[in-house]
Amino acid sequence: MFGLKGDWSLDIKKRYFTLGNYAGGEARWCPGCGDHGVLTVVQRICRDKQLPPEKTVAVSGIGCSSRLPHYMGTYGFHGLHGRALPVACGIKSRRPELDVWVATGDGDCYSIGTGHWIHAIRYNMNMTVLVFDNSIYGLTKKQTSPTTPIGFKSNTHPTGAILEPLNPLTATLGISNVSFVAQTVDWNPIHLYETIKAAHDHKGFSLINIIQRCPVYSQEVSQFLQDNPENLLLLNHENGIPIADNIMRMFPNQREHDPSNMSEAYNISFNTKLTPVGLLYHNPKVPCYDDLSSKGNDMGVEEKLAGLNKVLDQFAI
Amino acid sequence: MNKPSEETITQKPAKRIDEHIVEIVSDSGEGAQKAGQTFGNISAKMGNGVWTVEIIPAEIKPPARSPAGASGIRIRLGSHYMTNMGDAADLVVALNEQVLYSRIATDAYKPGTIVLLENKWLTDPNPKIREQYTTSVAEFRENGLIVHELPMEVECLKLTPRPRLGKNMFVLGMLSYIYSRDLEKANTEIHNTFIRKGEKVISLNQDLLKAGYEFAATNLEYHYEIPAWERDTDERLIVTNGNQGLGLGVMLSGMELVAMYPITPATSASHYLADVYDQVGGFVHQAEDEIAAIGFAIGSSYAGKTACTITSGPGLALKTEFMGLAVMAEIPLVICVVQRGGPSTGLPTKVEQGDLLASLYGAQGDAPKIVIAAATIEECVHFVIMARRLAEAFRTPVILLTDANLGTGVQPYPRPEPKAEWLASPIDQSPWNKEIPPYDWDEETGLSSRPIVGQPGGEYVLTGLAHTTNSKVAYDRESNQYSCNMRSRKLASLYSTLKPPIVHGDQEGDMLVVGWGSTLGAIEEAVDKLRAEKHKVSSVHLRFLSPLEPGLEEIFSNFKKVITIEINYSDDVNFPLIDKSNRRYAQLAMMLRAQTLVDIDCWSNVHGQPMQPGLIYNILSQHLETMKGAN
Repeated sequence: MFGLKGDWSLDIKKRYFTLGNYAGGEARWCPGCGDHGVLTVVQRICRDKQLPPEKTVAVSGIGCSSRLPHYMGTYGFHGLHGRALPVACGIKSRRPELDVWVATGDGDCYSIGTGHWIHAIRYNMNMTVLVFDNSIYGLTKKQTSPTTPIGFKSNTHPTGAILEPLNPLTATLGISNVSFVAQTVDWNPIHLYETIKAAHDHKGFSLINIIQRCPVYSQEVSQFLQDNPENLLLLNHENGIPIADNIMRMFPNQREHDPSNMSEAYNISFNTKLTPVGLLYHNPKVPCYDDLSSKGNDMGVEEKLAGLNKVLDQFAI
Repeated sequence: MNKPSEETITQKPAKRIDEHIVEIVSDSGEGAQKAGQTFGNISAKMGNGVWTVEIIPAEIKPPARSPAGASGIRIRLGSHYMTNMGDAADLVVALNEQVLYSRIATDAYKPGTIVLLENKWLTDPNPKIREQYTTSVAEFRENGLIVHELPMEVECLKLTPRPRLGKNMFVLGMLSYIYSRDLEKANTEIHNTFIRKGEKVISLNQDLLKAGYEFAATNLEYHYEIPAWERDTDERLIVTNGNQGLGLGVMLSGMELVAMYPITPATSASHYLADVYDQVGGFVHQAEDEIAAIGFAIGSSYAGKTACTITSGPGLALKTEFMGLAVMAEIPLVICVVQRGGPSTGLPTKVEQGDLLASLYGAQGDAPKIVIAAATIEECVHFVIMARRLAEAFRTPVILLTDANLGTGVQPYPRPEPKAEWLASPIDQSPWNKEIPPYDWDEETGLSSRPIVGQPGGEYVLTGLAHTTNSKVAYDRESNQYSCNMRSRKLASLYSTLKPPIVHGDQEGDMLVVGWGSTLGAIEEAVDKLRAEKHKVSSVHLRFLSPLEPGLEEIFSNFKKVITIEINYSDDVNFPLIDKSNRRYAQLAMMLRAQTLVDIDCWSNVHGQPMQPGLIYNILSQHLETMKGAN
């Protein structure tokens, strides 16, 4: 990491990126907001993997989570509500070499952007998608979101949310070409780090549902899990998220789960009594759409002109 | 009927004519369009001026023998350059009599139009059909149509047990005889059309062609010759429709990505690209919806590969939020809009020029963008090339408007010779000078250069929020006013580079007709006819709609009356409750009135039909009469 190798020789890179290279503007999230922790972890992973900031793009929609690009020192695209994924996919389409991160939320991704969420999974383009799931609309001040628990009072449902919440894990697992689905919590920085790192290592569309604290509007939702870790279910496996023993001890409930086992992943996600934490599903063999969409992006001028003459000749009279 | 010898065929003298308008009309699925396109191609290859337009029912499988199901094609061919579909047809081949009613309802025919009609309905087992047929034929004749009832089905049955599939080639054969087409060329076209279906299919269709040819030679009195159009250059020609033209333009411009969602009548541009785009290294992305299509294109453009999205009115409406973002964040982008009838789902297969104001103003707040409109099929090609360059130079989305008439119309035009300078330059990945902010607006022009992802030192966060030159979110009044000024200034600086439009006809006179888009050919044909009758009428056709072209006020001031002709809605001054104070004008008229303060009149309709020269001629004649009366 610091240029010093195991044989005591120095491998000095031309450029070494520090955390500062990934830092943008000062984060303006509320004190105690889970987003701060996620940002720090993303910056650390960028540093640890030495991702060139100029080749890295943080893409977002609209919402509290979607402010993330502003706090990164990389390129960023803070676009429209619900539309982070089409833009992120477009960025990858002809420039698959770029490292694309997406910051979105339960409203941005699972409500206004639902169509794009479903189809981006099918495209399986190589990007890391962080869904900051705080079960509430925060930026617009406490409206019911698709993941708000039934009965939870909000400004749009003052007597309590009236619908069962959407289960983003079962929904994601049900889509063809799904290749990486994980869930973690923002208040366990080590598990958060390892999960996001594993997602970034995966070649394909990796979706991480991050259960995230909103201390202002939906404190109760995550407080319940923080105070009672027995409501969480840690997923263990040699192909799962690597976890140190001292972290493991923080989870009273654990189970072995092979992330290649889709039906088990679905069953675990379907059980709403315990909130799973870990890698639910991983299939590294799903084809990536960026491999198809970028074909020909290195074609030279001469070859293009020859191709153009050929297509024009088809219309010759 | 007896097979004639080759001699009897060639001996009949052909009557020389300058031009003809031919239609083939049938139920959908009978191959009328294929036959007509092939006929048009052969004619173009023989050197005729040609304009082809498809007659498309809105449904995939409309009921058989219904006026609403009329599917077919019109081919106008002649010894001169063709710019539009013309007026009433001279000759029609119809595979049943009912489909003719929908054409008659749009004044497609006139007394004297020759109708070659399939006569199998006369002996149909269903007495109702037999009665319908005889009643209709009598009615057509009463209205002056010259109907020939022909046993096309019977003739085709001699060659194939499934005449429904091959009758179109028999029709092509008949037309080939009637218009003295080169049978060798027709055989080659058939060969190329059916090459994927194998030798057997090719030879059956060629036999049907020959049978049609011989049948017409033996049984029909019509035999014409339309000499080639005398061109003063020997530049090579190609024949395409406008949507293929858009596809060619995309490829010639060097754009590598088209992101689209299926929508009539735009989709065939993407069909074409999907077929050939890989030959120039490009990719068609079919997105999950219209919004995702533009979002995907914006993503690619942001990353340095300017992309294109192709849509029609309903799709344009869905894309507006992203268009606003592209304007705000100054992302180059090409949006092609093949206009159809609106509002709502409207007339999906029919033409309208109803999206002009939506293109200019359909976004949040003030979102100035460049809007151009192609007036010919050739311009469909070249305007895409221009659009990409404008988008990149002015760092803005460019909307290119065409319409269903251009999209499906087929015409020969000079072959574009591909040039390396038309292609997009490779993306700049050199270090960016950190001192230069991402929106380093030049106060004179509003222009700024753009850091591309991959340029070290250029890292910035693009945002759709109000922002400063550094792309930092800013809610203060000065920043928002300033950035709005700068984005608007780009249009002013483009305007300063434009030349005034060229007036067709004299620079002064009684009346000036202003048009835009696909109506060019019809307007100029009507104006030429009036000018031949010594009327002082001229016309001007606009290609730039945002910014508008310069010099308009001065041009307008030399005419007593200025009137726009458009295919979109306007109140007729004679409607109840309508007077000058509340009249809703056609879209270009509204813009020109606001910009020039000239009291511009308009005439428009929303019939979903391409503008016809005869109709325009009549309208302008009426206006000239009224002016005379007023003097």
